[in-house]
Amino acid sequence: MRFSVVVEVRLREGVADPQGATIERSLPHLGFDGVSDVRVGKSIRFSIESDDEAAARREVDELCARFLANPVIEETGVRIGADVVL
Amino acid sequence: MTTTVGVVLFPGSNCELDVIEAVRSLGGEARVLWHGDRSVGDVDAVVVPGGFAHGDYLRPGAIARFSPIMSAVEKFAGDGGPVVGICNGFQVLTEAGLLPGALQKNRGLKFLCTMVEVRVETSSSVLTEDAEVGSVLRIPINHFEGNYTCSATTLAELRAQDRVVLRYVENPNGATDDIAGICNEGRNVVGLMPHPERASDAMLGSADGAVLLRSLLSTAGAVNSNG
Repeated sequence: MRFSVVVEVRLREGVADPQGATIERSLPHLGFDGVSDVRVGKSIRFSIESDDEAAARREVDELCARFLANPVIEETGVRIGADVVL
Repeated sequence: MTTTVGVVLFPGSNCELDVIEAVRSLGGEARVLWHGDRSVGDVDAVVVPGGFAHGDYLRPGAIARFSPIMSAVEKFAGDGGPVVGICNGFQVLTEAGLLPGALQKNRGLKFLCTMVEVRVETSSSVLTEDAEVGSVLRIPINHFEGNYTCSATTLAELRAQDRVVLRYVENPNGATDDIAGICNEGRNVVGLMPHPERASDAMLGSADGAVLLRSLLSTAGAVNSNG
């Protein structure tokens, strides 16, 4: 079966995020005063061929751990399934 | 016998010739190690140079660390061989797990290309054996992701084991504890953000990096004659 996958790579809590901080600082100048906690990550989308969803998830988790994220500073959120919009 | 330094070339490396030239100017020999090779050959030391290996895609060093040559570099380091990662090379070594921590985007999000001062914090590493602890070296930096980051546990270990090799006199990039360079437990693997090869001759604006490269050549030579 073919599964759609979206991996969100985020900086771990407590890791400084210069990009997020820069965006946050610029927002009041544009009139957005109530925005805080801005964090920038990236999303990686792909399809994967697997026997079932559990097997796909195992493979994606391993892919995240070995390659897509650096566990020293990053963590991942994975969405998987036929209904995930790529 | 002349000490030979292997300089790893990935697609996107751009400081390999500078390192080779600097090593030769200091009396060593140097040659390129191709990223697709599975052996480092008979070199006495390995330098992973600066640049943008594989375009820094995904994260700096994330793709380069899986190059065939990196397995050979890991083995070489595991056997005690001197390995130095400069700038992008430092990023590759952290991604490969040869050094702890990670290099984050600079605080302030500026690409920094400037001369900085770094203080030698230990002479117990392959890169600083001939340097004087406390001496301040003028060496250029050239990076966007040089903000050294690690867990509190790792930082405590680095300090307790005297593994911070170089610190910035004035922190340019937000690096944790002003760290510009560290070494592994065996003290034979060193990573640093400044470029000693670009400060290896007075004509380049500073010759302060020469003492670091000379240390590498002499420790590599010693390893060579013992082995």
